[in-house]
Amino acid sequence: MIEQSALSELAGIVGKENLLTTPEDLACYGFDATPRLGGRPDAVAKPGSTQEVSKILQLANRAGFKVVPRGAGTNLSGGSVPIAGGLVMQMNRLNRILEIDSENLTALVEPGVVTSDLHAAVEAIGLFYPPDPGSMTVSTMGGNVAENAGGLRGLKYGVTRDYVMGLEVVLPSGDVITTGGKTVKNVTGYDLTRLMVGSEGTLGVITKILVRLIPKPETKKTMLVYYRTLGDAAETVSSIIAHRVIPPTLEFLDNVTVRCVEQYIHAGLPQDMEAILLIEVDGPASVVEEDAAKVVDVCRQHNAAEIQVSRSAEDSLRLAAGRRAALPALARIKPTMVLEDATVPRSQVAAMVRRVQQIAERHGLLIGTFGHAGDGNLHPTIVCDERDHDEMERVERAVDEIFHAALELGGTLSGEHGIGLSKAPFMTLEMKDAGMKAMVAIKRALDPNNILNPGKMYLDQFTQSHEPMGGVLGPRS
Amino acid sequence: MRMAERDGHKAFAPKRAPSYDDVLNCIRCGLCLSVCPTYRETGTETNSPRGRVAMIRAAAEGKLELSRNFVDHMYRCLNCGACAAVCPSGVEAHEIVIDARVEIDNKLPQPAIKKWVFEGLLPSPARLEAAAWPLRLFQRSGLQWLAERTGLLNMLPYNLGKTAQLPPKLPMSPLRHRLPEVTPARGERRYRVAFFLGCAQSLLFAESSAATVRVLARNGAEVVTPRDSVCCGMPAMAYGDLDTALRLARRNIDIFERIDADVIVTDCATCGESGKQYREWLKHDPVYSEKAEAYSSRFMDISEFLAGIPLDDRLSEVKARVTYHDPCHLVRGQGVSSQPRKLLQMIPGVDFVEMKEANWCCGGAGTYAMTHYETSMKILDRKMANAAETDAEVIASGCPVCQMQLGYGVRRAGLEMQVTHAIALLDRAYRDR
Repeated sequence: MIEQSALSELAGIVGKENLLTTPEDLACYGFDATPRLGGRPDAVAKPGSTQEVSKILQLANRAGFKVVPRGAGTNLSGGSVPIAGGLVMQMNRLNRILEIDSENLTALVEPGVVTSDLHAAVEAIGLFYPPDPGSMTVSTMGGNVAENAGGLRGLKYGVTRDYVMGLEVVLPSGDVITTGGKTVKNVTGYDLTRLMVGSEGTLGVITKILVRLIPKPETKKTMLVYYRTLGDAAETVSSIIAHRVIPPTLEFLDNVTVRCVEQYIHAGLPQDMEAILLIEVDGPASVVEEDAAKVVDVCRQHNAAEIQVSRSAEDSLRLAAGRRAALPALARIKPTMVLEDATVPRSQVAAMVRRVQQIAERHGLLIGTFGHAGDGNLHPTIVCDERDHDEMERVERAVDEIFHAALELGGTLSGEHGIGLSKAPFMTLEMKDAGMKAMVAIKRALDPNNILNPGKMYLDQFTQSHEPMGGVLGPRS
Repeated sequence: MRMAERDGHKAFAPKRAPSYDDVLNCIRCGLCLSVCPTYRETGTETNSPRGRVAMIRAAAEGKLELSRNFVDHMYRCLNCGACAAVCPSGVEAHEIVIDARVEIDNKLPQPAIKKWVFEGLLPSPARLEAAAWPLRLFQRSGLQWLAERTGLLNMLPYNLGKTAQLPPKLPMSPLRHRLPEVTPARGERRYRVAFFLGCAQSLLFAESSAATVRVLARNGAEVVTPRDSVCCGMPAMAYGDLDTALRLARRNIDIFERIDADVIVTDCATCGESGKQYREWLKHDPVYSEKAEAYSSRFMDISEFLAGIPLDDRLSEVKARVTYHDPCHLVRGQGVSSQPRKLLQMIPGVDFVEMKEANWCCGGAGTYAMTHYETSMKILDRKMANAAETDAEVIASGCPVCQMQLGYGVRRAGLEMQVTHAIALLDRAYRDR
C-alpha cells in the first residue's frame, strides 16, 4: 500500500498527469510478457527526469513502498511484475537519443529509447548497434540493459553487456552515480557498469546509457540448410567456427518447430528433416563471398540434405521467413506459451535438444525447440493451456528438468531472458550458497530497505540452500 | 467458450461477447505496442492493445467494472487494426474492443444522441442528408468565415470549434440525387457493376464518386446505383450498436440481391470492409447467412476491380509528384494496397513516391477526430510530417474520412498539397481523352 500522503507527494514530483491510479490503469501494469505471472501495483508513475527518479526513490525509502522499474514490459522472466504491489515506474517518457558521437563511435541515450529506433538512427549514418532482442521494435534500451538482453546476432557481436560503456544510475538511496565513460580503456574503481548491466532493476534505476557503436557491415548473405539428423546439424555449427568463420546468425529449428511453422506459413519446408539451420554471414562483399563458400562446403561435408543460398536482399528475407515464423507458429497452437532460454556450451547443443525431446515425450507435452545454435542459447518452447491444471503441472516438471539438464551440460539457467521471478527458485542450483551470499551482500549494501524490485532473483528470500521452492512459474495471476 | 457462459464471467452477455479464448490467446508479448498509434503517442499501457485486452479480460473475470473509465478506454482505440497485423498469436485486439463496445451498449444507458444518429439517421439517407444542412449553411452563409476570424469558434466547448472545421466544403446536393440509376458503359458493355454509394462519399465527396462512376463506364462497365441503399453499418458497429448495424446490413443485402451484376463495387474503404464483413456479421443468422456470404463474396473496392481488368490506356498526362496514404479499412481491412498504387503509376506524368509509414493510421478513424481531438491531431501530425518529407504535390487515398482528415492536416500544417481519391486522379487523366 502507498499512503494517500505519499501519493500526493508523488503527484507533486511527476505531475498529476503522469501518476496513474485508476483500477483500469492498474490492470494494465500488473504483468509483462511472462505467462501466468501477475501482480497489481498501487500506482504507476512516469518520471520525466533523473531528479524525479531520485526524489521518488527517496520518498519510497521514507514512506516504505516498493518501486518496480519498467520499460516496455516485454520481459520473459517476470522482472517487471509488481509482485509485492507498490509503484511501477515506467521510464518511457525519458526517450531521447541525446548524442551520436561518430568520432568516438558512441551513442548516449535515455532509457526509454526503443531499441529499433536507435538501430535506425545509427544505421542512417553508417553505424551499427548490434544487440537485436526479439522484441526490439518495442523494447526499451533501459530494459535491455537491466536484463542484459541478447538477440540473434550474439555469436559474432555479443550481447547488450558488450556495448554498454557507461551509465547514469539512480541508486536506491536516491544518489545519482555515473559509471564508465567514452574511453575504451578505463580501470578506475570497481566496474560498476557491469554490475548494473543485468541487475534486473534490483540495484538501481538506469537514467542514461552510453553505448559503443561499430561500423555497419557492408553486406550479408543468408543460407538455409536442411539436415536429416540432428547430429549433422550440430556438427556443422561447431565445424563452421572451427573453419574460422563467425556468422552473426546461426539459428536452429528442430523438427517439431519446422512442422508447426509449415502448418502456419505453408512455405514448402520439408517435414521429414530433423533440423534446419539458418546461417548469415556479413562483412565486406569479398569476405562475405568467401565465408559463404566456406559455410556451404562445411554444410556439404556434414551431409546437408539441401542448401539454399540468397542472391538478393529479398531472397534473404524469404529464407529467414521460417525462422521468423517460429514464435507465431507455436503461439497459435494453444493459448499459453512457456518460452525458456536455457543455454549450453555450443558443443552440447545436440545433446541439449535431445534431452528436451525426451522431456517432452516423458511428460506428454508439445515442445518446439529453436534458437541461437551458434551461442548455445536455445528456446525450448512449451505450448500449453493455462486452464488445464494437469497439463500445467507437467509443464512445471518439464521446466524443472530442462533447467537441470542445462546445468548438467555445463550451461546456465538463462542465456538472455533473465531470472526475475520465474527462475528465482532455481538460483541456488547455479549460484550455490557462496554466490548467493555475495549477491545478497551487494543488494543489502545498496538497498538496505529492499525498496527496488522486490522478489526478483531470490535475493530477499535467500537464507541458505535448499531444494527449489514452490512452483516454477511462481504465484499465479 | 463464450465468456458469458463461464461462471463468474457475468460482465459480458452472450450477444456479441468476446470469446474468452480470444482474450486468453494474448501472450502479452507487447509486439502490438510498437504499431499502436495511441500507445506511440502516449506511451501508456492503458492506451495499448495489450492493455485493452487486459482490461477486457479483467472485466470478464469480474475484476473490473464496466465503469466510466472502462468505457472511456474502450473508445480510445482507433480500430485501425495495426495490432492484429503484427500479433504472433493472431489476436484481433481491435475487434475484441468492438465486442466490448457492444457489451457496453447492451449494459449501460447510452446517450440520447447515439440513438438519434444510429437508429434515426443512418437507416434513412433522406434524414441523414437533412442533418447535413446546418453544416452546409454554416459553411456557405459566411458564418464559418466570420467565426474563424473572430475566434468565435474557440468559445465552443469540447473542441467543437475546431472539429467544425474538419469537413471539406459540402457540395450543394448529395450525389445520391444526381447519379442516374443506370449509367451506360462507354462503348461496348463488358461488365455490369452495382455501385455501393457510401453516405460520406455522397454527402462530402460527391465529385469523387461521380468520377468513380465515369472511370467505370469508361472501362466498359454499365453501372447500376440503387438510390435506396443505406449506411453500410460500420459506424453503428464501431459504437457497439450491433442491432442497428445488422439491420442495415440486411437491408443492403436485400437491395443488392435484386440487382443482376457481376460485382458490387464501392469507392469507400469503410463501406468496402463492412461489405466484406457482412458474412461474418450475419453468419449465425438463419435467414441471412447465405445471402450475406453471396453479398460479401461479390464485394470489391474500386481499385481492386480496376486493377483486375484490362484498362483503357488512352490517358492524358497529369504532371504531379504523388504519394499514397493507405486507409486502415483498405490495407488491413481488405488487404488492398498494391492496386491503388498500380493505378496511380499507370497515369503518365505521375511521379509516384512512397511516404514513410504509409499504412500508419491518420487519426481520422470515423469520428475519432471529433471525439478525441488532441490525440487525433498528434497522430495526424506524424502522418503529415511523413507526407511533407516526400515533397509530393498530391496525397491520394481511398477513404472519405482519411481524405477529410488529411485535408485538415494539410491546412493545419500549411502545406501546398492536394488531397484526392486515387480514382479521381485517374478520372482526371481520362478527362481530355
